[in-house]
Amino acid sequence: MNYETIIGLEIHAELSTKTKAFCNCKNEFGGEVNTNCCPVCMGYPGALPVLNKKVVEYAVKAGLALGCEISLYSKTDRKNYFYPDLPKAYQISQYDTPLCKNGKIKIEVDGKEKYIGITRIHIEEDAGKLIHGTESEDYSLVDFNRSGVPLIEIVSEPDIRSPLEARLYLEKLKGILEYLEISDCKMQEGSLRCDANISIRPVGQKEFGTKTEIKNMNSMKALQRALEYEEERHKKVLSEGGTIVQETRRWDEAKGITVSMRTKEQAHDYRYFPEPDLVPIILTEEWIEGIKKDLPELPDEKRKRFVREYGIPDYDASVLTLTKELSDFFETCAKGHKNPKAISNWVMGEVLRIMKEKELELKDLRIKPEFLRKLVDLVDEGVLSSTGAKQVFEEMFKTGEEPESLVDKLGLRQISDEGAIVELVKKVLSENQKSVEDYKNGKTNALGYLVGQCMKASKGKGNPQIINKILKDLLS
Amino acid sequence: MIDKKDLHYVASLARLKLKEEDEEKVREKFSMVLDYVGMLNELDIEDVEPLINVNGMSNVMREDEIKESMDRETLLANAPEKMYGCIKVSKVIE
Repeated sequence: MNYETIIGLEIHAELSTKTKAFCNCKNEFGGEVNTNCCPVCMGYPGALPVLNKKVVEYAVKAGLALGCEISLYSKTDRKNYFYPDLPKAYQISQYDTPLCKNGKIKIEVDGKEKYIGITRIHIEEDAGKLIHGTESEDYSLVDFNRSGVPLIEIVSEPDIRSPLEARLYLEKLKGILEYLEISDCKMQEGSLRCDANISIRPVGQKEFGTKTEIKNMNSMKALQRALEYEEERHKKVLSEGGTIVQETRRWDEAKGITVSMRTKEQAHDYRYFPEPDLVPIILTEEWIEGIKKDLPELPDEKRKRFVREYGIPDYDASVLTLTKELSDFFETCAKGHKNPKAISNWVMGEVLRIMKEKELELKDLRIKPEFLRKLVDLVDEGVLSSTGAKQVFEEMFKTGEEPESLVDKLGLRQISDEGAIVELVKKVLSENQKSVEDYKNGKTNALGYLVGQCMKASKGKGNPQIINKILKDLLS
Repeated sequence: MIDKKDLHYVASLARLKLKEEDEEKVREKFSMVLDYVGMLNELDIEDVEPLINVNGMSNVMREDEIKESMDRETLLANAPEKMYGCIKVSKVIE
């Protein structure tokens, strides 16, 4: 039987406000344990939350960037459950009045545009962090620095049809949040987290199949792999006549499988009710308009502008604008440069390759934008061959030195002096009369051989374009 | 009267262990509370908006400015058990 896969994603993004959502404690990753905490973070009796204005502003920014309707009236609600990282035994969240709803994200799958609906975006607080000891230790430790850190939860419609689409959606969403500068979006550090709901149904069937929820995917790749695994698992169970159990499963990265989370077997009953310690959030059209006006350029707009301003292909622009960091790097390199396409090739090729290979972030690269500009100039001026340029690039990466001095250090400067090359070519021609005859008799491939001989005579430093030109001149 | 199944469910949500001999007594008292609150069901609220906060205030918000947190020793002073600057709890199995 042919099945269709249905996926919906729930994304949690920690907002990069200076302070927490409901108190003035510092919002910081990796601080000394329990030093960014106060009675509000700890849920001590009598402590009262006061909402951080920036949290509302950031959430509305996200909503506007994702084409959502912004609720003029919304409130917070308590989501009740017991867990040691949640000292109040409830999380302040939003239930029936999310700040934003009905948005969408455009993705491209195999060159085709597709929209994934966004059901809602609401604000809520993060919980503390549990530190688990070794297996033999019978305790866990709790650090409450993260308790009360503001989050937005972005819930997608079940519009995603494959693990690849899920990844593209998340990449696009991450890009937008980064452009907005409202979240660090670091999946490894947990400032961007993703849960996925997946089910399959026979092609043509209207009703959804039973879904499972997958947690603990800490990278884009993990999201795709986990969903691919789970998709296959559903197919296998159904094709063997079994039934899918609705449950939460954890992605085990090392083993490459999903495992049932037995602790979550109990039915979720969060008994939501309006948070009595906080008052409603009432927004005005004017205020929302003000935020809208200040929205930065977003990936899709930047992509169009790159094509327009730098004359690079749309494909290049789509790759370069995926993350804000990369797009800024490209633009710093390309601004005012006469060969933006060459710069695009370097950024999409060598820069991305080396980042991936060495698992580095752009900001950790020692290759400065002006070095890359210079490198392209050196190739364009004929000082450096394209293979030579790759060597210089490697060396720039290793040493952080500027390219011009590296050209000489590595002995890669091409001979572009025509006079010197004419002498050299004449010598090669006199030593290779046979090939010269062949060429004159119409064997054009003899030219390639002669170019090779000239390159050899120049110890690889002759500029091949110039050699070619002079050879042709002298042979005609 | 609330039935036994619901009683056990609510007890499990509230992480309460009920002794078997107490169950009937709790069930009776629980039902009394529910009946009392249940009086509200007699009101006609057809045209009444849900009341969410009683003081009529809205938009009480603060600026995003860092203030000093509580010193850790004070913060954890009442924790029954602590270790390495953290609160120590029973092992949580993921």
